Amino acid sequence: MILQPIFFYLFSAVTIAAALMVISSRNPVHSVLFLILAFFNSAGLFVLLGAEFIAMILVVVYVGAVAVLFLFVVMMLDVDFVELRQGFLQYLPIGALIGIILLVELVAVLGGTIIAPEVAQQVAQPIPPLAEASNIAAIGELLYTKYIFFFQTAGLVLLVAMIGAIVLTLRHKEGVKRQDIGAQVGRTREAAVELVKVKSGQGI
Amino acid sequence: MIGLGQYLTVAAVLFTLGVFGIFLNRKNVIIILMSIELVLLAVNINLVAFSAFLGDLVGQIFALLVLTVAAAEAAIGLAILVVFFRNRGSIAVEDINMMKG
Repeated sequence: MILQPIFFYLFSAVTIAAALMVISSRNPVHSVLFLILAFFNSAGLFVLLGAEFIAMILVVVYVGAVAVLFLFVVMMLDVDFVELRQGFLQYLPIGALIGIILLVELVAVLGGTIIAPEVAQQVAQPIPPLAEASNIAAIGELLYTKYIFFFQTAGLVLLVAMIGAIVLTLRHKEGVKRQDIGAQVGRTREAAVELVKVKSGQGI
Repeated sequence: MIGLGQYLTVAAVLFTLGVFGIFLNRKNVIIILMSIELVLLAVNINLVAFSAFLGDLVGQIFALLVLTVAAAEAAIGLAILVVFFRNRGSIAVEDINMMKG
């Protein structure tokens, strides 16, 4: 079982290094690419934990959708990123101070966690053994029965986010001819056709 | 052997890097949004680690919901960013003072 610690330390080291590069990289495009690297390696951590479904969803949703969205926006906006980096080191001392305090507190609290034995007995939904149901089957059975309302709420959140993003960024250009179905259907014979009596040899 | 403490330490480091990134890149909204994604990723690692070590599947369900909210937040945040850039021609946080809040 030497393989599991090796991969744990590999994945976590690359994740943390990539996260460090995300916040300190000079070019935002590089930041997005390092973000993708961090997501891939934390998906590896999830696989080590036995949560394959979350790992695959992480790759699909984060790398396939969110990171590409970031990349798209970074490349679409014509921003002078050099100007944005001025005063970069101005906030370094206070940020480093707060970061170090937060890290020490979190590691002191979480790193020394020992689960009390009675907590492990009050499990809401035990993970079935792998021989009975795979991770995906177990999640599906739980998500579509007991947590169906949470699932539908998540879908609703996504729908609202989609409508909001479209409403925010949609822009109607002036001078572009569009189909007006109401005017099309409301056309009558009188409005559209005109009969003109033309005398022969004269023209209109 | 890798225990719960190691996973929680990785998540804590990732969370701290996210918070640190918000402080470090005070002007660039895109990097701030990416830092928020890092924070949410750390939360997900915590949830899944507890789920695996306690043998409770609900943590993974909750991680799924956090993922959904993170995706929605990124989409809305970037849409607001695009609209703001269209109106002002800049994404510097210091310029966002129209409402004098």
